[in-house]
Amino acid sequence: MSLQLSVRDVTKRFKTGEGVTGISLDVTKGELVTLLGPSGCGKTTVLRSIGGFLKPDSGDILIEGRSVVALPPEKRPTSMVFQSYNLWPHMTVYENLAFGLKIRKLPKAQIREAVADALRLVQLPNSEKKLPGQLSGGQQQRVALARSLLLKPAVLLLDEPFSALDAKLRQEMREELREIQTQTGLTMVFVTHDQEEALALSDRIVVMNHGHIEQAAAPRHIYDRPSTLFVARFIGKMNFLEGVVEGSGIRVGPFVLPNEDRIEGETLVGVRPEDVILKAAEAGEGMKGLIKQIMVLGHYAEISVELEGGGTVRSFQPKDAVRELTAGQQVAVAFTKSIAYPKIGDN
Amino acid sequence: MGWYFRAVGTRRIVEFLLLTAFVAFFAGPLLNLAVLAFSGQWSYPDLLPHQWSLKWWSFVLSKDDIAKSIGLSFLIAAIVTALSIVICIPAAYAFARIRFPLKRFFLFSFLLTHAFPKMGLYVSIAVLFYRLGLMNTLLGVVLIHMINVLMFMTWIPTAAFRNVHAAQEESARDVGATPFRVFRSITLPMAMPGILVASVFTFLNSLDEAQGTFLVGIPDYKTMPIVMYSIISDFPSSAGAVFSIILTAPTILLLLAAQRLVSADVMASGFQVK
Repeated sequence: MSLQLSVRDVTKRFKTGEGVTGISLDVTKGELVTLLGPSGCGKTTVLRSIGGFLKPDSGDILIEGRSVVALPPEKRPTSMVFQSYNLWPHMTVYENLAFGLKIRKLPKAQIREAVADALRLVQLPNSEKKLPGQLSGGQQQRVALARSLLLKPAVLLLDEPFSALDAKLRQEMREELREIQTQTGLTMVFVTHDQEEALALSDRIVVMNHGHIEQAAAPRHIYDRPSTLFVARFIGKMNFLEGVVEGSGIRVGPFVLPNEDRIEGETLVGVRPEDVILKAAEAGEGMKGLIKQIMVLGHYAEISVELEGGGTVRSFQPKDAVRELTAGQQVAVAFTKSIAYPKIGDN
Repeated sequence: MGWYFRAVGTRRIVEFLLLTAFVAFFAGPLLNLAVLAFSGQWSYPDLLPHQWSLKWWSFVLSKDDIAKSIGLSFLIAAIVTALSIVICIPAAYAFARIRFPLKRFFLFSFLLTHAFPKMGLYVSIAVLFYRLGLMNTLLGVVLIHMINVLMFMTWIPTAAFRNVHAAQEESARDVGATPFRVFRSITLPMAMPGILVASVFTFLNSLDEAQGTFLVGIPDYKTMPIVMYSIISDFPSSAGAVFSIILTAPTILLLLAAQRLVSADVMASGFQVK
């Protein structure tokens, strides 16, 4: 697989102190990579640097092996879909889409055909004559997406394109984008702060925090083996228990868990709620606790258990399995899987 | 009768009275003006003139300096509008897009010319104009007019440019437009309603300006409002009425045109200092 986009040691610092330092990232052709992180982590800075809207202080950006770092946005083979205000309200949908092609001096018949094709791809056929003001928010984002697709960019950049839409529409747009990606084979870089969106969409997730990359891996890997405490906290839900290194393992309550990373000193042990098992208290084994709350969330239920030694553990159980459980009941808690992190600072 | 008012309701009655008062105060003087302009003889207790006539129209239109003043006024207004577009639109774009120190202060300073009594300001400008040899010149009159409209011409377009979002300009760059093309095809058309409103204001303001013109332009540059002063003092009020209708017509036409272009809130948003 050939390298489509290569970000090499890019640093961009703003006067406010925010920015990114030493970002390196390779994206292969046809890959959908998500930059994920809380606001202010620098994900948009990276995206805007690729698009040409920011000039990095140092580092290089290569697209299809060619350095683009000195080029203005209009000369870069990238196209960006913004969070909002993508469209020009004084132009019809057709004019919005045709603008870029007209600049490229394509013949009129060809433009008309390309616009119609792009609108079909985003499921808005025959809406050429409408004005952006007559479209809903979701439709506007689709038109914006179509405009970018039309230009057949080497890399398509998406800056939280669905975050202004409501939850249901967001989900639909995600699926559509994924489908368009398989149809067109476009290379995409997608910025989001929504970890669920990142997990659902990406071939690879790059988790960012405070201007650097915490972890870059496939969604599954990121979910199962978050490499830092930050990633573990940010992606999905996670229980954290204090642990003490004891011999070759880590002791948490009655359990000794494996210490794969050879951590020393105080540790925090992360357990996904779906890896928490609840047993009857009489079974003896496990950490004792009282059920504090049971919330049925559709096909599963979230049960929070207050441990005797202090702290709360959340567990996901199939909704049928919680019929016998009631709040206030005593249970024993055990884990099927865990991952340990060194305890740092005030964590 | 009583049942009728009860059925209508107090609220509607109050509304009707307010509307009537508004129409009487607003349209009454205009109606009076219109009647006056077409009257030959009209003495006090009568509701309508004794005699209808167009004689003041032919009088006003036959006077040479009046016809000349109309032409001059429109010429000056056109020059003032064109010049202030050339000067103020780039300034407005800078105020809307570029960060520079004391920006708010500069934007606010445009209000200063409206903060002093006009006559005082004009007299001090006249002193300056004497030295520069600008008294009784077209340029002098145009400059005096522009002082009045700088605020409209900067504030309203600034707000209009601000309403064009950065993402809208950036996405145009993104699809391949050069910065100049972005300004021409995206930013300027999107800000055009605001710019048009400001231009209409400027044009009307210039047509209407009398004090400064009187001070700087006399004796050679007699615009419509200045000629009107002398007509009002020298001839019966009917002549003044005819003239003010001539003076009002372009105002009403332009305002109607402006109203079709933009809503009131676009105009209002021009006066926010952010």
